[in-house]
Amino acid sequence: MSDTHAQTVAYVRETMLEQKEPPITETGAIKWLRENLFSGAVNIILTVVSIFVIVWGLGHILPWFLNSIWDAGSLTECREIRNELYGSDASSACFAVISARWHQLLFGFYPQELYWRPVLAFVLLLSALAPVLFNSLPRKLLTWSMLAPFVMYFLLWGGTIWGPLMVLAGFVLGSVAFRFGGQVNAIIAVLAAILVPVLFWLFLAGPIAGALSNLMPIGITNVESKDMGGFMLATIIGVSGITLSLPLGIILALGRQSDMFLINKMSVAFIETIRGVPLIVWLFTASLLLNYFLPRGTNFDLMLRVIIMVTLFASAYIAEVVRGGLAALPKGQYEAADALGLDYWKSMRLIVLPQALKISIPGIVNTFIGLFKDTTLVVFIGLLDPIGLSNTIRATTEWNGIYWELFVFIGLMFFIFCFSMGRYSLFLEKKLQRGHR
Amino acid sequence: MKKTVLLGALTVAGLAAGASAAATLDDVKARGSLKCGVSTGLPGFSATDANGTWVGFDVDVCRAVAAAVLGDASKVEFTPLTTQTRFTALASGEIDMLARNTTWTFSRDNDLKLEFTGVNYYDGQGFMVPKDLGVSSAKDLDGATVCIQTGTTTELNLADFFRVNNISYEPVPIETNAEAQQQYLAGACDVYTTDASGLAATRATFEDPAGHVILPEIISKEPLGPAVRHGDNEWGDIVRWSLNAMIAAEELDVTSANVEEKAASDIPEVQRLLGTAGELGAMLGLEAGWAKAIISQVGNYGESFERNVGEATPIALARGLNAQWTDGGLLYAPPFR
Repeated sequence: MSDTHAQTVAYVRETMLEQKEPPITETGAIKWLRENLFSGAVNIILTVVSIFVIVWGLGHILPWFLNSIWDAGSLTECREIRNELYGSDASSACFAVISARWHQLLFGFYPQELYWRPVLAFVLLLSALAPVLFNSLPRKLLTWSMLAPFVMYFLLWGGTIWGPLMVLAGFVLGSVAFRFGGQVNAIIAVLAAILVPVLFWLFLAGPIAGALSNLMPIGITNVESKDMGGFMLATIIGVSGITLSLPLGIILALGRQSDMFLINKMSVAFIETIRGVPLIVWLFTASLLLNYFLPRGTNFDLMLRVIIMVTLFASAYIAEVVRGGLAALPKGQYEAADALGLDYWKSMRLIVLPQALKISIPGIVNTFIGLFKDTTLVVFIGLLDPIGLSNTIRATTEWNGIYWELFVFIGLMFFIFCFSMGRYSLFLEKKLQRGHR
Repeated sequence: MKKTVLLGALTVAGLAAGASAAATLDDVKARGSLKCGVSTGLPGFSATDANGTWVGFDVDVCRAVAAAVLGDASKVEFTPLTTQTRFTALASGEIDMLARNTTWTFSRDNDLKLEFTGVNYYDGQGFMVPKDLGVSSAKDLDGATVCIQTGTTTELNLADFFRVNNISYEPVPIETNAEAQQQYLAGACDVYTTDASGLAATRATFEDPAGHVILPEIISKEPLGPAVRHGDNEWGDIVRWSLNAMIAAEELDVTSANVEEKAASDIPEVQRLLGTAGELGAMLGLEAGWAKAIISQVGNYGESFERNVGEATPIALARGLNAQWTDGGLLYAPPFR
């Protein structure tokens, strides 16, 4: 049988053929190019045009970057150095302004010998955020997250240690009042938790802090808000606004969904009023209008006023984002919570909000990124945020006439902040992916 | 226009609220520092150096008042103000005085209830054009696009000038001087108009200053000066005479270098100015050496001018109208008597 075909077939291959290389057009870079960039007439045109635009843009920007000068005392010096090195026609960035003034862009007019304080505060901020952002870390670290704001405040503004301690004491009193009130009934508990600390701060905190600092003057050099500027200011306003607006926004969203007439209408009115007016108007209100309602000579810190306005503004947006999340939950979830016999707060805390917030993450982070970038608007009320500082730097005779270099630096810094926020939100979404729906 | 009305209304409201508390001098002394409103940044007039210290020609006026009242020119808290926030900050009592290249006009003095306490720089609005445009007079600018800063008197002057000369223009509104420079250099507008001092400062930063001309027409009067709130005349007098002391010191040839020997000289007006004779300080409610403190710490008007905006600086402004009356300028301090 084995030689059946011996006469009929001339040749039988007895071994496998070696694998051949695929045709050059079907492999590697060329295939990718053919499929993605040159797959049709329209694509070819688009590709050529895009390449032209990219080359043209880089041709202008790259020499500017590559010829950049980092060490000069003024714009004129920069130009002299450039004329020497590259000739007077060459385009060249004068980043010397950054090396001369970077500390102002970062810290404003904060005393230079005290720069370690904001830097330490920033490190503390990261360490306090870590347990909030990543729940693989031990939950006990959250205690530190709650204490950190007071430490950071003390580091940034300095002064006596008793001020922040008294504010902290107010919160402790509030939670104690809530405990005791809770034994009577829920409404009294909430009322007591709000009233006791407010009364304490208004009437007792000041005198006690004063007396204590007379007895034990523990403190560090006081730095005033007006000395703070640059990215430090943007971060302080941004981070305070972000952390304070989230809880406020959630409460407003729940209020808007509430069946109680008064709470519902108040939430709606608040959200619509705040959202209906541009942020810049609220900032002007904070800086100009408020002065007229306060007794003359009252020194209500401008930065504090701005933080309050920014917080209220962001919370209205957060409220709407969270409401979207709440509305997206199937009614069954609410009913299931009721069926389990949970009261309102428990059902919200354990069942509704975790799901609603998960849905709202992209929207919430979006609002935060917007809020952080909106902090540059404070330049219009005379606070020295990075943009405001770029104006004062340009006003000096050395750096008058410089433009893009400052904006490139500021833009880069903002990009780092905002891009990391965006990445974190993606991480969070991936982690919370439960695969249903 | 609406903005002005709003600001005016706010100012009136502010005055009603703040009218009862008047004695700014006592406030400043009790606080131990002077709160002075300055520009967020104007080359030569107010800027911060690398250490965050404010310097400039307007800043020197603040320092002079601090030296007169507190004896120390460094005891000033500077509040950077924008064109929008400057008047309300003053009216609401956030600052004690304003030294922010603000033009003294009728409506600001009367409607906004400001008290201008003299003029520290006589400016006027001019035009800058590229040489290639081939324009030699502002009247040839028919149909030109003009870069103009919003919210300032220059905007109104521009409209007046073009209407009177029956020519048309197209405004390109811009917010800051730095932006204007970019727009102008990029060719977004044919003409840049602002105060002549600002034009000179701007042109000095160009790669090719000779390629741009400042047209001969000065179309407005811009007397720039410090201002205080209406209703506290004692405080207004202190600011007014602090500036006058700087101007008079230059006229009397008293400088920061020779103030000690001049104080010992026997020229009567110098003696009265520097407090070695007479009681001029007490009449203002200040120490006898108030003007001496100004001149030794800040310098006289000419010194401040040369240090900040004069020929030796990149801005290189000539004295022009801002020379002493004896040199054909407008500076004319009333006698110290």
